[in-house]
Amino acid sequence: MDRLRRNPTFQAWALLAAPVIFLIVFFMLPLLIVFVYSFLERGEYGGVQWVFNLGNIQRVFDPLYFRTFLRSLYIAIVTTLITLALGYPLAYFIADSPPKRKGVLIFVLMIPFWTNFLIRTYAWLTLLRTHTGLINVTLMSWGVISKPLPLFGNDFAIILGLVYGWLPVMVLPIYAALDRLDHSLLEAARDLYASGFHTFWRVTWPLSLPGVVAGSMLVFIPSLGAFVTPAILGGGKSLMIGNIISNQFLGAHDWPFGSALSMLMMIAMLIATLIYFRWTTKTEAAS
Amino acid sequence: MTTPSSAGYNARRDRLRAKLGGWSLTTYGILAFAFLYLPILILVIFSFNDSRSVSKWAGFTIDWYFKMIKDGQIMLSVWNSLFLAIVSTAIATVLGTLAAMGLERYSFRGKTAVDAMFYLPVIIPDIAMAIMLLLFFNMSGIGFTPWKVNFFGVKLAVPYSVIIGHVAFNTSFVAIVVRARLAQMDRTLEEAAQDLYANAWQTFRRVTLPMLMPGIVGGALLAFTLSLDDFVITFFTSGAGFNTLPVRVFGMIKKGVTPKINAVSTLMLAVSLSLVILSILLRSRSGDEDAVQMGF
Repeated sequence: MDRLRRNPTFQAWALLAAPVIFLIVFFMLPLLIVFVYSFLERGEYGGVQWVFNLGNIQRVFDPLYFRTFLRSLYIAIVTTLITLALGYPLAYFIADSPPKRKGVLIFVLMIPFWTNFLIRTYAWLTLLRTHTGLINVTLMSWGVISKPLPLFGNDFAIILGLVYGWLPVMVLPIYAALDRLDHSLLEAARDLYASGFHTFWRVTWPLSLPGVVAGSMLVFIPSLGAFVTPAILGGGKSLMIGNIISNQFLGAHDWPFGSALSMLMMIAMLIATLIYFRWTTKTEAAS
Repeated sequence: MTTPSSAGYNARRDRLRAKLGGWSLTTYGILAFAFLYLPILILVIFSFNDSRSVSKWAGFTIDWYFKMIKDGQIMLSVWNSLFLAIVSTAIATVLGTLAAMGLERYSFRGKTAVDAMFYLPVIIPDIAMAIMLLLFFNMSGIGFTPWKVNFFGVKLAVPYSVIIGHVAFNTSFVAIVVRARLAQMDRTLEEAAQDLYANAWQTFRRVTLPMLMPGIVGGALLAFTLSLDDFVITFFTSGAGFNTLPVRVFGMIKKGVTPKINAVSTLMLAVSLSLVILSILLRSRSGDEDAVQMGF
C-alpha cells in the first residue's frame, strides 16, 4: 500500500479521479449522446426513436438549412476580420503606452468584457431599434435623416453586436504578443533605413502573428456559435445556426435534427481549431 | 544624393511623422474605448429616465429601481443566481484545483487526452454545450428535479441539472487558472519541506496550498462571475419555471423594452464591476503579473 502511495501514476490519478469522472459523465457522455442522436429518428413529441437513420445528416445539407449555416460562417468570418482591424491598432496603442499605464488600460479594456454579454447586447438593442432606437430617434429629431436607417434586424446589427462583444478578447493576445516584442529588432530595422511601414510589415506584424491568430480563434468560435446576439439584434428575421439549433429543441421538437446541426457546427469549429494548432506548431518549429 | 542639410530635413520630417503617428494612435485609442463604454453608459443613464422610453430623455427618477425591488419574480431570480453561483463555484473550485495539480505535477500515459478533455468545455460554444446537457438530462431522467432549499430565509427550488451544467463549464476555467499559478510556483520550498521529513499531506497543507491560494481564489472568482453571467446553459438545462437573473432579463427583453431592464442591467453591471475590482486587488497583492495580462 505504501509503495502504491508513492507511485506517481497512482498519485496523479488519485488527484484526477474526481474531476475526470465528473467530466466524463457530464461532458463526454452528453457529447456522445449528441453524436448518437444525430443518427436516430425523431419521436412524436420530442425525444427519439431508436431507429438508425441518415435522414438528419442529409437534411443538414438541404439548402434551406445549409444556407443559414453558410451565412453564419460568413457572419463569423466578417466579424473576425472587423474585430481584427479594430483590435490591432488598439492593442498597439496599449502596448505603446508607458509601462505604468498599460496595466490600467488592460483593466479598462476588460471591464466591459466581464459585464454580462446579454446586457451588452441589450444596450445595442436600445440604440439600434428602427423606430425607437436612440440613434434613429436622435438623428431624425436633428433632421439629419428623414427616414430611419436600417440598423436593426439584419446582418449589420448582428455583426456590430458580435464585434462589440468580442473585441476585448481579440485585443488581449495581440497586446501580449506586441508587448513581448524585442524593441532592439525595431531599432535595427530603422538603423538599416527601413521605412516605418517596412519596419511594421517585415518585423512587427510577423512577430505579432501568433497573437493575431489566437485572437481570431477566440472571436471566430463564439461568433459562429452565437445565439444571444442574433436572437436579440436579429429581430426575429435574421437568424444564425445557433438559433436554428435551439428551435429544434424549444419549438420543433426535432432532437435528432438539432443534434445533427450541432455536430455540423462543432465539426466546423474543430477544423478551425486544427488549422490553428497546425499553424502554431509550424511557426514554433520555424522560429 | 544626401547633403547634410537634407539629412537634417529628413530627420525633422521623421520626427514630425512619428509625432503625427503617435497622435493619431492616441486619438484612435480614445475612440476605441469610447466605442466600448458609450453603449453601457447610455444604458445606465436611461435606467434613470422618467418615462417608459429608453431613447428619449424625460427627466431624472429612481422609480425603476423601486419597481425592480418590488418585482417578486426579479428578486427570486436574484436569489437563484446567487445560490447557483455559490454552490457551483464551490464544487468547481475543488474539482478544478484537483485537476490542475494532477495535470501540472505529473506525467502519465493518456495525459494528452485528459488535457484535451479539460480544454474542450472552454472552447466549445455554449449553445452546443447547452444542447448536449439538455439531451443528457432528458435521457438519463435525473436532473430536472429541483433541490429545495431555504437560502437566507428565501425558499428556492434549484434544478440539479443547472448546478451540474455550471460545474461542468466552470471546472475547466478553474483548472486553467490554478495551473497557470502552479506552473509559476517555485518548487524548492516543497522540496525543502520534504527534506525536513514533512509527509505529503503536511507538505501540501503547509506549503503548497498557501502558495497556491491566489490561483485558487482567482479561479473561484472567475467561476463565480461566469456562473452569474451565464444565460445560454441555464436557459436550456433548467426546464420550465426556473429563472436566474439573466434568464429573467432575456424574458423581459422578449416582451418589450423598459427602463426597468436598464435598472436590472445597472445592478448586474455593478456586481460584475465589484467582482473584477476584487480579483484585481487580490491579484496585485499576490503580485501575479501574468494573470492580470491574461485578463482573468
